[in-house]
Amino acid sequence: MTRGHVGLLLALGMLGLMALDFTQSRSLNPYTAPPMLALGSGLAATGGHCAAPPPK
Amino acid sequence: MTTSTAAPLSSGPSAVSRGGVILCVALIVLVVALLAGPRYGAILLIGLGFGLTLEGFRFGFTGPWRRMILERDASGLIAQFICIAIVAVAAFPLLAANGAELKGAHAPIGIAMIGGAFLFGAAMQIVLGCGSGTLVNAGSGNVIGAVALPFFAIGSFAGAYHLTWWTDLGSLPVLAMSGTRGLLITLAGLAALAVLALMFGTKGSHRLPARIWGAVLVLAVLAILHLVVAGQPWGVVYGLGLWVAKGVVAAGGDLSGSTFWAAPANAAQVEASLLTDVTSLTNLGLIGGAALMTWWRAGFFSALPRLPVRAWVAVVIAGLMLGYTSRLAFGCNIGAFFSGIGTGSLHGWVWFVAAFAGSWLGIRLRPMLGLEARR
Repeated sequence: MTRGHVGLLLALGMLGLMALDFTQSRSLNPYTAPPMLALGSGLAATGGHCAAPPPK
Repeated sequence: MTTSTAAPLSSGPSAVSRGGVILCVALIVLVVALLAGPRYGAILLIGLGFGLTLEGFRFGFTGPWRRMILERDASGLIAQFICIAIVAVAAFPLLAANGAELKGAHAPIGIAMIGGAFLFGAAMQIVLGCGSGTLVNAGSGNVIGAVALPFFAIGSFAGAYHLTWWTDLGSLPVLAMSGTRGLLITLAGLAALAVLALMFGTKGSHRLPARIWGAVLVLAVLAILHLVVAGQPWGVVYGLGLWVAKGVVAAGGDLSGSTFWAAPANAAQVEASLLTDVTSLTNLGLIGGAALMTWWRAGFFSALPRLPVRAWVAVVIAGLMLGYTSRLAFGCNIGAFFSGIGTGSLHGWVWFVAAFAGSWLGIRLRPMLGLEARR
């Protein structure tokens, strides 16, 4: 086996993850998407982050 | 005129192949932007930039720590401090002026946080990959990184599941520096660490190769862009746990027993597409960017190492540890060390000390686990 085989298996795994996500998640709606830049958007940052303090 | 019967040396894919792949990548980014929104396309692009930079310049976090501990080569460590300092110079004023739109990687210092960082440092030296490093290694076809990655994700999910139990063991409120004073203290702290590294480092450690300067500058620009576009600093671990949370729900699992995963924001993210999750997109970009760079260099033809069974067991356990402990520690090298210090969080400094001590242990453990010749 080579690194290429590992890369291929990983790519398949990622495709599987995206397929699972596609079937399980709410539909995407680009018309309700936030503006491209958070800076200057007037919206609070809401994304998940590993450093975010735990919920109470 | 000269003639030669020798086959030409492989110089990687042809120009047509390269052009075709760049077009495909651009199309993928465009599709994400069209389906999910322009912000998410931009975040994927930044993630690809991280992957290309880390793999292209061969820049990382684990290797320089290892070289500092084993060879007293401080250059990589100093490069990391410089990179964080550049990010801080931009991030502090941005956060001070736009506190409602942008947030830092600010987390509380606590018992589990310190213990988690120590064990993370040990585990990252066992697999020779931190948060970003494991993704880049996996993307470049490194079998140890690829095996560790799913267990990293499982550990991240489990660590988040139990997070509140661990933080209840004792933690301080979130302590973060801000404004000009906070920036000056951060820069002074990074300079002090650099001086300390030079004192312990070998002669010549202060000379950074051009390759490293390139990595430092590009990485810093990408990290600042990430903050401006996503509204939060670069992170890795949340997205990995989210992937497993989605799998658990798809398999009929119930996450309501976890304070973390049942919290409204996280439950909503589990239901939403991964194409709208910041860290998932940068993680996918990191893997993709590293794979692209490896392919570009024709690096996918290298044979895989032969390792004993105990080494593979160690990789699996270390992968789980990487994920679980990085949740308790409120981040890995990226979320806690790089972004934490870069945006003023005191937990980033404590994380660095604990993880560096853990790295010393991990370096000693690695040969015993069959991952290299005994030292």
